[in-house]
Amino acid sequence: MSSALWQLVEITIIISLLIPIAAMLVWVERRLIGIWQDRLGPNRVGPFGILQSFADLLKILGKEDWIPPFSERLVFTIAPVIGAVSVLMSFAVIPFSPTIGVSNLNIGLLFFLAMASLAVYSVVLAGWASNSKYALLGGMRAAAQTVSYEVFMGISVMGVVILSGTFNLREIVLAQADGWFIQSQFVGFVVFLIAGIAESHRLPFDLPEAETELTAGFHTEYSGLKFALFFLGEYLGVTLISAMSVVLFFGGWQMPEPINTWLPPLVWFILKVMLLVVFFILLRTSLPRPRFDQLMAFGWKFMLPLALLNLLVTAALRLMGVL
Amino acid sequence: MLSQFRTIWLVLKHTFTKADTVEYPEKKPYLAPRYRGRIVLTREPDGQERCVACNLCAVACPVDCIALQQTIDDDGRKRAEFFRINFSRCILCGFCEEACPTYAIQLTPDVELAEYDRQNLVYEKEHLLINGVGKYPDYSFYQQSGIAIKDKAKGAGAQEKPPIDIKGLMP
Repeated sequence: MSSALWQLVEITIIISLLIPIAAMLVWVERRLIGIWQDRLGPNRVGPFGILQSFADLLKILGKEDWIPPFSERLVFTIAPVIGAVSVLMSFAVIPFSPTIGVSNLNIGLLFFLAMASLAVYSVVLAGWASNSKYALLGGMRAAAQTVSYEVFMGISVMGVVILSGTFNLREIVLAQADGWFIQSQFVGFVVFLIAGIAESHRLPFDLPEAETELTAGFHTEYSGLKFALFFLGEYLGVTLISAMSVVLFFGGWQMPEPINTWLPPLVWFILKVMLLVVFFILLRTSLPRPRFDQLMAFGWKFMLPLALLNLLVTAALRLMGVL
Repeated sequence: MLSQFRTIWLVLKHTFTKADTVEYPEKKPYLAPRYRGRIVLTREPDGQERCVACNLCAVACPVDCIALQQTIDDDGRKRAEFFRINFSRCILCGFCEEACPTYAIQLTPDVELAEYDRQNLVYEKEHLLINGVGKYPDYSFYQQSGIAIKDKAKGAGAQEKPPIDIKGLMP
C-alpha cells in the first residue's frame, strides 16, 4: 500500500516538473533561436525573460476557447488531450536515475513505441475534426509522415535491443555501464533521431503544421487552452525524444569513471537531455523544410534501408561475437 | 547533404556573434539633427513668431494634416490665428519644412509621439510653438524680405537695401 502511495507521489512530482519544463522550453527555444539569428529573443518578462512562458500562459488562458460550429465537437475536443496524454504516458517508462522512474516495465521500449504511435491520433483526429481544408491537409500529411517514419524508428532501436538483450529501459541503461551504445550504434542513433524529429513534427519535418503553406496545419482551427495543449504535447515530445535518445544511446544517467561522481546521476541525465534538446533547436533554426515527396522518398528509400542494414550488421556482428 | 551540415555549423558559429539588436527604450539610437520627427514652429531671434500663415505647408502636405488661419496684427505682421497639426495623419515627410518660406515650420529628431488617446495627437499652436530658432539661428523674415511693418519701413531691415526708384533708372 505504501509503495503504491509512494509511486503516486512520484508520478505527481514528475508530471508537475515536466509540464513547467516543457513550458520553459518555449522560452529556451526562442532565446536560442534569437542568439543564433543575432537577435536577443524575449528578455523582458522577469530576469532574462525567464517568465515569458508564464506571460504566454496567462495570455492563452484569456483567449476565447472557440470550437468552430462546422467541426466535429467531441473529436475536436479530445484530440489535443490525446496528444499531451500519450506523450506524458511515455515518460512513465523512462528511468531518470538509479532510483527515480515511475514504472520498471519489462517491455518499456515497446511501450514507448506504442505511445508514440498513439500520439499520431491526436494530429490526425484534429485535422479531420476541424473540417477545414488546411487542417485536413495537415492531418493527411501527419498520417503519411508518421506512419512511414515510425517503421524505421522501431527498426533503428532494435540494434540496441540486440546488444543489451532486453526491452527493459532500466536494464538497457545498466547494459551501457562499460560503454555507451552510441559507439557501436551510431547509425541507429542518427536514424532514431531523425525519426524522432519527424514523430514530434519539429522542423525540418514540420510538414503537418508548415505555417508557410498550411497556415498552421492540423491546429489551424484551435485556440486557447486546446492550442496550448498541442504546444505542450510538442515540447513534451521534444523532451521525450531527447530523453529516449539519452537512455538508449548515451548511457542514461551513467557517465565514464572519473567524472561520474562529480554530479548526482539525475543531474547527469538532465544535462544530457538538455544538450540534445539544444541540438533539436539548432536543427530547427538551421534546416529548411523539405517538400513532401522528398520527405517520403528520404524516409522509404534512404532511412529504411539504412536502418535495416544497421540491424543486419549489428545482428551479424553479435552472432560472430564481435560486439 | 553536405551543405546541410555546413548550414548547421554556420548557424552554430553564430552563438559567438554579437546580437544586432538595439534595446530601444534603454538605449536610444543616435538620431541626426536633421532627422524628420515631431514638427515644431520656431521663433525669430528676437522672440517673435516666424510663421506668417501663408498656407504653403498645408498645400504641400500630402495627407492634409495641417490646418491654419491667417490674421494680420495691428503692427502689420502676419501670424497664424490657429495652427493645428494632426499627428495621427502626419507621415513626417518634411514637405512642409521644404515649402515654408520663413523657416518657421521645422522637423525635429523626436520620434516618440505615441499617445494612448488618439485625440491627444492633434497638436494646437501652443503645443507646436517653441521658444527657439531651430536650425536657422540668424534668420528673420521681416528683416530681409522688404515688407513694411510698424516701426520698420520697406527696405529698412537689417539685411535690406532701400528700394530703388525704378523711374530714376535711366540709361
